[in-house]
Amino acid sequence: MTTRRKAPGDTAETRERPWPKLLTRPSLPLPAAREGRAAEPIATGSEWTTGALEKFDAALARHAQRLGLSIYPIQYEVITADQMLDLISTVGMPVHYPHWAFGKHLVAQERTYRKGQSGLAYEIVINTNPALVYLMETNTLALQVLVMAHAAYGHNAFFKNNYLFQQFTQADSILDYLKFARDYVMQCEQTYGWREVEKVLDCCHTLAPYGVDRYRKPGRLSARRERERLAERLRFAERHFNPDFAHLNSRSDETDRQTPAFEPQENILYFIEKHAPRLAPWQRELVRIVRKVSQYFYPQRLTKVANEGAATFWHYTLLHELYDAGEVDDGFMLEWLSNHTDVVTQPPFDSKAYRGINPYALGFAIYRDIRRICEAPTDEDREWFPEIAGRPWPETIHFAMANFKDESLIEQYLSPKVMRDMRLFLLHDGPDDKDSYEVRAIHNEQGYLRLRQALAAQYRAETHVPQIEVARAGDDTERALLLHHRVLDGRLLDSDGVDAVLAHVKELWGFDVVLEEVDASGSRLKVHRV
Amino acid sequence: MTDPGSPVVSMRIVDRRSDPPGRGAVNRERFVRRFKDEIKRAADDEFRRRSITDVGKGGRISIPGRGLQEPFLHHDEETGSRDFVLPGNREYLPGDTIPRPRGGGRGGPEGDEPGEGESRDSFAFVLSREEFLALFFDDLELPNLERTHFGEVTLERLRRAGYSRSGVPQSLAPAMTVRMSIARRIALRGAIAEQIEELERALENADPAARAAIHDRIDRLRRRRDGLPFIEDVDRRYRAHAPMPSPATRAAMLCLMDVSGSMDERKKDLAKRFFTLLYLFLERKYGEVDVVFIRHTETAEEVDEQTFFHDTLSGGTLVHPALELAHQVIQSRYASESWNVYVAQASDGDCGADDGARSAAYVNDVLLPRLRYFAYVDIPHINGLFNRPSDLWQSYGAIASPAFARRQVHGRGDIWPVFRELFARKADA
Repeated sequence: MTTRRKAPGDTAETRERPWPKLLTRPSLPLPAAREGRAAEPIATGSEWTTGALEKFDAALARHAQRLGLSIYPIQYEVITADQMLDLISTVGMPVHYPHWAFGKHLVAQERTYRKGQSGLAYEIVINTNPALVYLMETNTLALQVLVMAHAAYGHNAFFKNNYLFQQFTQADSILDYLKFARDYVMQCEQTYGWREVEKVLDCCHTLAPYGVDRYRKPGRLSARRERERLAERLRFAERHFNPDFAHLNSRSDETDRQTPAFEPQENILYFIEKHAPRLAPWQRELVRIVRKVSQYFYPQRLTKVANEGAATFWHYTLLHELYDAGEVDDGFMLEWLSNHTDVVTQPPFDSKAYRGINPYALGFAIYRDIRRICEAPTDEDREWFPEIAGRPWPETIHFAMANFKDESLIEQYLSPKVMRDMRLFLLHDGPDDKDSYEVRAIHNEQGYLRLRQALAAQYRAETHVPQIEVARAGDDTERALLLHHRVLDGRLLDSDGVDAVLAHVKELWGFDVVLEEVDASGSRLKVHRV
Repeated sequence: MTDPGSPVVSMRIVDRRSDPPGRGAVNRERFVRRFKDEIKRAADDEFRRRSITDVGKGGRISIPGRGLQEPFLHHDEETGSRDFVLPGNREYLPGDTIPRPRGGGRGGPEGDEPGEGESRDSFAFVLSREEFLALFFDDLELPNLERTHFGEVTLERLRRAGYSRSGVPQSLAPAMTVRMSIARRIALRGAIAEQIEELERALENADPAARAAIHDRIDRLRRRRDGLPFIEDVDRRYRAHAPMPSPATRAAMLCLMDVSGSMDERKKDLAKRFFTLLYLFLERKYGEVDVVFIRHTETAEEVDEQTFFHDTLSGGTLVHPALELAHQVIQSRYASESWNVYVAQASDGDCGADDGARSAAYVNDVLLPRLRYFAYVDIPHINGLFNRPSDLWQSYGAIASPAFARRQVHGRGDIWPVFRELFARKADA
């Protein structure tokens, strides 16, 4: 994604100039001057000012309200390119605990940016209340407005209304919590040395995808409560600590903790935090921090297509509304459309530029097609989407944004037209033929349903994150931790990755760790052990 | 959706551009700390390739990519079966087969991390000057060098010091002189005018006899007023110069190295580190540092840096010719008082006993009077066979000048302590 500067033409002139010979007239009529159409664009040229941004925001807010977008209040933050690099390195969060992996990300970004290989991601928005939207100072006016429409209206509305974000994250308290986490980590570094802290964090990071309650709604985050909890724990420990009996106490604790009937646990980090025999309290606290942060990002992992698609759809829609209302000029439109096109490009599978399915492209195509189905349904659409064909589009879009994640959005709304446009096809990689893939379905009548189901399954969390759970731990396993991998379609784990990860788990658990790969019938396919 | 009655959503714009930077640096430092060994190895390679004068700059570093990725659990693509959807079908129909690309399949939503576009084998990034120096001096535990004082050279240099009443004609300050003259004339005219006024008042009530005398005086005063000279001796001002001590700002550093067969790569690397340290030190201290490389076997020659460190020669060792050459270079190029001349010599000290004695005498009598400092670094053999002090080491022992120092360096860890010893001693003096 690169930012490009173009000098938009002088508007007064453009309006009077005759239509250029080489360009054909558009087949669609240009939007008629509506009532209330602005006489003058809000601002022209590529330089932005705070005043202009305020006016644009007001215009965007007006259109958004008319189209029924419900959003959190917005806080725009104007930042420099260096600050943007910092932000990108910490997954966009303005506060985060320090860790080398963020630094690695930073130096990599920095190098490609300074060399001019890549521009900077020009939008970052954070799921907080108020929503934080970052505007980089080097963006042109058109880009700033594009970012505002995309992030402050598109993403913001998605964050506020999507059921996953409502259930799993607390936009009000995340920054407070991260501040608490940062201070706690830095304090631990002071007290216990950075090596120890880094070791624990490294171990937790390898398990971060397994620090999530996938189905249960987590408790509310509160930095204040976390601090109180810690203080209480310390006070208790101080009051009850008796060096003579410390040894005895810890032993009786351990035996008490064993539960006779063991239920499999999907949240491995939670299990480690509560039951790892050897962790010191501060180490448990670090596990908890990584777990909470992972939980916060969990919905984002499930809604890449839905979220980016919605944001892209809304910037596209809102900016066209601005144009139709005469509030921006042609140069402005050409500039952001060029950026927009770069973002929603989907290179074909055999292209060098192919990096998997572009979530912006897929999501944008889906939402845009929903609007098309509402406004101008064909017979095919009536057959496939009887419930939305011909209905008012804003409501339909809001419903699609609020109630689906990637998997279900695709399953519900991927239309034959989008499949045709993207020329999707389904490959099968079977165990018997390791030299070639088989084409199972293409974009034709027989293939649509199958393609849709396969693509939806591709966005299921289980497809790319192997399903691991704690199967047993305790006395009957001689303190070993027994993990199960639920094998789907015979796909085993990569043993290099397993060895590295298990070594880290062992570090936390303190005793042996065994990972069994078990298929649906319960038979063990492979056992890893450290 | 939005309650139609509710006001437009609140919005504000905050300018964060002037916020202090911080987080990035914190994480960056942790990254460098974490992969210190790898980065140091890469920095060492870089150091070997670089010229002494470039070591102090930052630069691109590439470290092996293994271990950089935090491990995670993922599927083995060789096992099981999977379906995946790809975009951009051109000609395929159901039932067709596509040869599997080498290196495992790709596709699906995984592995799309933009910006992480680094190859698995290496990870390249840019180190800043500070980070690079910190790594370079890591074994050396570099303290704050800037504060140390040693061999401070002061030159007497004339500085402008206001104006004086006396001087030679070419330092006359015309503007100042005219200014003084204007002041003098204004002052004198005022005084004369007062006298005239007084006389004119006296004239009014004077008797006729005195009038003529008063008129006469007034006329004389008026003539005097009109005839005030434009410049008088007292007006003249000259630019004054006062001698002031000022540090010499140029330094020349002469690196002498024995490149005979016995100087292997390890010794040269140690020597290079020592020279680099000296260079960085001088560079911080002086605005301009000239570096001269003199290598010698039995004969001495001045060479460029590349040849100095990387060209191997074979032959015996004679130190004396190198010292003579150094003296010639000093005489021809750095004779002026404004140069601080430093000589750093590195050798394994293998030389004949009489050559050693001659060299020591030459250093003591001829070179040292012209030098700020002469540092000799003795790099003994690593094995125990030649554990006795080298010939040159012994011979140099006879020199007892405060501007001379010799030290032995065995490994990289020794360099900084030796350097500090060499140069810190004078701070106490």
